[in-house]
Amino acid sequence: MPKRDDIKHVLVIGSGPIVIGQACEFDYSGTQACRVLREEGLRVSLVNSNPATIMTDPEFADATYIEPITPDFVEKVIAAERPDAILATLGGQTALNTAVALHERGVLQKYGVELIGADIDAIQRGEDRQKFKDIVADIGGETPRSRVCHSMDEIRETVAELGLPVVIRPSFTMGGLGSGMAYTHEQLERLASTGLAESPVTEVLIEESVLGWKEYELELMRDKRDNVVVICSIENIDPMGVHTGDSVTVAPAMTLTDREYQHMRDVGIDVLRAVGVDTGGCNIQFAIHPQTGRMVVIEMNPRVSRSSALASKATGFPIAKIAAKLAIGYTLDEIRNDITGETPASFEPTLDYVVVKVPRFAFEKFPGADPTLTTTMKSVGEAMSIGRNFVEALGKALRSMETKAGGFWTTADPAVVTLESTLEALRFGHDGRLYTLERALRMGATVQQAHDASGIDPWFIDQIASLVQLRGEIENAPVLDEPLLRRAKRSGLSDRQVAALRPELAGEDGVRSLRHRLGVRPVYKTVDTCAAEFAAKTPYHYSAYELDPEAETEITPQRERPKVLILGSGPNRIGQGIEFDYSCVHAAMALRAAGYETVMVNCNPETVSTDYDTSDRLYFEPLTFEDVLEVVHAEQTSGTVAGVIVQLGGQTPLGLARRLAEVGVPIVGTPPEAIHLAEDRGAFGEVLTGAGLPAPKYGTATSFVGAKRIADEIGYPVLVRPSYVLGGRGMEIVYDEATLAGYIERATEVSPEHPVLVDRFLDDAIEIDVDALCDGTEVYLGGVMEHIEEAGIHSGDSSCALPPITLGRTDLEAVRRSTEAIAFGIGVRGLLNVQYALKDDVLYVLEANPRASRTVPFVSKATAAPLAKAAARIMLGATIADLRGEGLLPATGDGAELPAGAPVAVKEAVLPFHRFRTPEGQGVDSLLGPEMKSTGEVMGIDASFGKAFAKSQTASYGSLPTSGRVFVSVANRDKRAMVFPVKRLADLGFEVLATSGTAEVLRRNGIPCTVVRKHFEGDDNIVDLIRDGGVEMVINTPYGNHGPRVDGYEIRTAAVSRDIPCVTTIQGAAAAVHGIEALIRDDIGVQPLQALQEALRADWAARS
Amino acid sequence: MSETTTRTAAALVLEDGRVFRGEAFGATGATFGEVVFCTAMTGYQETLTDPSYHRQIVVATAPQIGNTGWNDEDDESARVWVSGYVVRDPARIPSNWRATRSLDDELVAQGVVGISGVDTRSLTRHLRERGAMRAGVFSGDALVTPEAMVARVLESPQMLGAELASEVSTKQTYVVPADGERRFRVAALDLGIKSNTPRMLAARGIETHVLPATSSLDDLLAVEADGVFLSNGPGDPATTDHAVALTRGVLERRIPLFGICFGNQILGRALGLGTYKLRYGHRGINIPVIDVATRAVAITAQNHGFALEGEPGKDFDSPFGRATVSHYCPNDGCVEGVRALEVPAFSVQYHPEAAAGPHDAANLFDQFVTLMEGK
Repeated sequence: MPKRDDIKHVLVIGSGPIVIGQACEFDYSGTQACRVLREEGLRVSLVNSNPATIMTDPEFADATYIEPITPDFVEKVIAAERPDAILATLGGQTALNTAVALHERGVLQKYGVELIGADIDAIQRGEDRQKFKDIVADIGGETPRSRVCHSMDEIRETVAELGLPVVIRPSFTMGGLGSGMAYTHEQLERLASTGLAESPVTEVLIEESVLGWKEYELELMRDKRDNVVVICSIENIDPMGVHTGDSVTVAPAMTLTDREYQHMRDVGIDVLRAVGVDTGGCNIQFAIHPQTGRMVVIEMNPRVSRSSALASKATGFPIAKIAAKLAIGYTLDEIRNDITGETPASFEPTLDYVVVKVPRFAFEKFPGADPTLTTTMKSVGEAMSIGRNFVEALGKALRSMETKAGGFWTTADPAVVTLESTLEALRFGHDGRLYTLERALRMGATVQQAHDASGIDPWFIDQIASLVQLRGEIENAPVLDEPLLRRAKRSGLSDRQVAALRPELAGEDGVRSLRHRLGVRPVYKTVDTCAAEFAAKTPYHYSAYELDPEAETEITPQRERPKVLILGSGPNRIGQGIEFDYSCVHAAMALRAAGYETVMVNCNPETVSTDYDTSDRLYFEPLTFEDVLEVVHAEQTSGTVAGVIVQLGGQTPLGLARRLAEVGVPIVGTPPEAIHLAEDRGAFGEVLTGAGLPAPKYGTATSFVGAKRIADEIGYPVLVRPSYVLGGRGMEIVYDEATLAGYIERATEVSPEHPVLVDRFLDDAIEIDVDALCDGTEVYLGGVMEHIEEAGIHSGDSSCALPPITLGRTDLEAVRRSTEAIAFGIGVRGLLNVQYALKDDVLYVLEANPRASRTVPFVSKATAAPLAKAAARIMLGATIADLRGEGLLPATGDGAELPAGAPVAVKEAVLPFHRFRTPEGQGVDSLLGPEMKSTGEVMGIDASFGKAFAKSQTASYGSLPTSGRVFVSVANRDKRAMVFPVKRLADLGFEVLATSGTAEVLRRNGIPCTVVRKHFEGDDNIVDLIRDGGVEMVINTPYGNHGPRVDGYEIRTAAVSRDIPCVTTIQGAAAAVHGIEALIRDDIGVQPLQALQEALRADWAARS
Repeated sequence: MSETTTRTAAALVLEDGRVFRGEAFGATGATFGEVVFCTAMTGYQETLTDPSYHRQIVVATAPQIGNTGWNDEDDESARVWVSGYVVRDPARIPSNWRATRSLDDELVAQGVVGISGVDTRSLTRHLRERGAMRAGVFSGDALVTPEAMVARVLESPQMLGAELASEVSTKQTYVVPADGERRFRVAALDLGIKSNTPRMLAARGIETHVLPATSSLDDLLAVEADGVFLSNGPGDPATTDHAVALTRGVLERRIPLFGICFGNQILGRALGLGTYKLRYGHRGINIPVIDVATRAVAITAQNHGFALEGEPGKDFDSPFGRATVSHYCPNDGCVEGVRALEVPAFSVQYHPEAAAGPHDAANLFDQFVTLMEGK
């Protein structure tokens, strides 16, 4: 049954910004879909507000709308494009919910658009919990006993029947948002009321607890001829009770007999058919009672999901790509399996390796947040690894995390713990639970004891016990001989782990030399979907150690084209996300086009970079020194490595540059010494001094006394931070001595080895972010971005505008001169990001990073100049002049000289505060500061700043209000600046609410306002008012970070929980006013990126 | 189970001289057979007890084997039939609520020589390129010089031309009653039948009389069956003249007939088709089969080293009138089923009884029922 010929034009809906529970896996799936649909000759329109995605690159669709994914905006896109069909099953819950909303508003009917993949009925059958339970019962399956409730009374009644504990699951939320387990009535009241609030239909399911049961997932696909295949089974090591996104998971399932597995497969297929997902992928979760084998169905997602991205990478079967083909009418047997090139896609992948996925958390970013893992997903990223057995894969996954610990025994055991306390800790899911398990076993716990405590299947526990045993052998062996070392490596131990056990080997480097001397090196196997039954055409590799020294490696020689290795960015985390993957993918595309063989190394299964289609070769490997070095060796053996790119994948590969260069690995682009120049405060200071560029005064302190002296000298406020900083970790702005003392007290690791940096903080300065290219002789300013919040908010968390809204020509000239001086001074070859603060007409240099920044994709889209592609070419020797000649960069000018008619682009950050709760169930503070907390970003682009800003707010938080009540409460230092924007809001018809102090100032300036009580002033206070939905927007600027801010905290968390805009800076308030004005005028339209860029290029050409 | 770290060296030696080193697993000693790989990720207990694997050394491509131990319910026959077992990472402990012992214990108890720690992927790639071949597993005292071991492998019998069904077949007829009321009686010729087949038949109200492979046509007819079933089994189908003759007798009498796996090759031969040895066969539980009539895909369990000649979708003349190649495997175009158009007989090359494997093809038993109802 070939392709349908009645569909000529498909609108693909993306998933918007990266948030917890919905990350770059949907860029991977969406990119595949767009690519496939265009290859099939269809016109593809796309809507996605996330600029950091590959799918929103103009070449992936015919019309790319970087617009908010709301029903209003998508309707505008439909009206403009008039597609035949909408594909919403590849854009996560966001796309699915938007599709349902469009249906309910009659938009689909009005424009005659068909939903392909899953229709409305199927979506509702899959997502509506009661309908779903009925379906499972109809096909003879079981679900946990439960009841759907719409009120607290109903909930209490149900719990009286089921008994505690119960699970609370709100309907129609993603990533388990708002769900949780209640053990006590108090917890029940709290979780259930939040759940009702989080559900867009005020509906929660109260369910029998299956806590501690074994947890599984199946990834299935169905075509329109009703053929169904299971792509992958996934087993969660953490039993039921921990969200699958937060669990360590394994593929394929390890502890099921065929009888049990086939029962699961049968039920899964019956459910899929009964729900009626016409074509495409779906994910079904199951729980199995560990003693009786009773199996219940937990839930299904009638769409491509995070697990399907994992399953695709784990098996080599590209679910989203196939789903897109199925949606336009093909059947599975008509689609070729890319990997074998000969066999059809109508089969079930079989694995001859084990895959482990480990989640990456960021609790350190949210002080006070409860780190206990529950059914609400809290992880911000994940790494996947492939090994020839479970322990090998586990070891690789743990060292892919880039946390302090890189596998067992790489950090000191916690002091003063007993076996009892360790077993007790195992009872609850937490980050590092397997480390706790290993310690328990090492302290003498039996497999049974560990199983009783954790609910983890004994097989997994015994596998870790085997490592404890191996540790003993390694420690006790007189010499570390070849057979033992080989066994250690075959069990997934890194050189670093072995070094920890054998101090006489002089560390990781010593172990590596010994290992190389003994000829113990990994071989590289291939992910081929078929356990080697057929030859693989795609070089998708992973490392493994075999016992046989002559074991076969499957890297094929390639000596014609020079190779370039691109090191990716590893698991997503706050501060290092999809933006870096974007740059890596661009490098692969640009260098492949320029005649290189591109080799990607990465371990993040969610990404486009780890799609086997992206580069010529893919190594799914941890980004540690050891693993990267072995890949380099393998590639050098198979051909000529022209260079390794470290500056596009963020801090991860950059951190490896020096060591790689030391052992002779050719690093291309900015040399490691130059990277050091930028990273070392002293050396960088000299560069600035040499160029005559001012930087804020600073000093280094190892004690409070020292810090106080520096602060007194340079004046408050000061910015304090540990000397070794990642993503603004541990940074604070300190306004007085008392706060400074508190900071030093909390920063327990202050010592001569770990000093604290004290910088002058430029209050009320304008922060400017610049992305630039340098080839050694010319500097190309990619874009100059003006932050909307003042300096002090981490650049990743602040919104910014491009072109800059308030900078004059002389300011831009100063930016250009300074950037050139820094680029040449450091010796940049490739990308450079510089942050400036402009205060009193002086441009201060805050920091410079000789690498791709988070804003590269945003700038590339806003200015129609692909910076990462250009950077990759420059690193391999092309000049900016060459690239201008080729047309990759504009013939003249650059991103600092955009034509007058250029559109304005606004980037806004998306923050995850509503995901976290304190152990007492309170929200965590949503205050922004110098430490980055956002998970993703959106872009609003339009002809004027107001419209672009309004779009960016709509895309990130939902719309700005156009009427209603605004609550204003600002710090004293902001009271003067607040007057104008608040007056404008009052003129626009808003009712202004304020606390007494703020109200006094407003009234004196002729702004009518209503006084409301502060939180601590009793009932009917502002917090109650916000929680009851009586406020549409909050403007609240805080004073300091740890000062008297309790009221502000309550106000901000209330705003976050109601999902209303909460502006925490005066500059933000001014921008919001612009946006509100644009919304009130109601003239915001949509325009494809292709048209915007075309106009920009035409303007540019006309000017030159 | 083995908390000790004593490791006994072992080797898998192929007839082409290639040696794969590993450690002893299961019983220690020497064993011989045709080395084949199976790509199933679940169901090693069913695989090991499948009589079709008689005289074969099975390589598990899935690396972690033995995780769910061994139970008293999943055997597909009374014993382990594989002559040797090659794995990469055997479980140290079994973990499953139905497990009563470990795989290692069971292999030792049944004297099955195995080897672990082998780079099974290299081995599989080797077999894929060179084809299934004779091999031996050697451990303990049997582990000698490569030359001596290769010599012993070369002395062992070939699979091509081997008649093995009689070695695995029941010696005496036995009856498996129908679940509930009996609707039909079926005579099943045991060429290596698996336990799940009579179970699947019984679930459809069929009483199954399982007959030895050496039964005569008269023995078969004496059952007065509504239908005849030809089971799976080991060996070269070219050696099955007796079973083919028996099948022709059944076809002449227009008794509904259903064959699977080896039974498919026998029906095919009875219809005049030839058989040939595949290079490395189909052994796994993920293999697509397309039904020519409906274009529907079934994911099937398969275990065959030989196949019928024929062209998918093409009708052909047989001694019993027109017949057709009804099913094929889209991976390689291999014939996966035949159907006689003028007498009530059909067969498939795969395993509708699964165990191990998916249940997609279970409805073929219903088709057999339909055929018997139409009598």
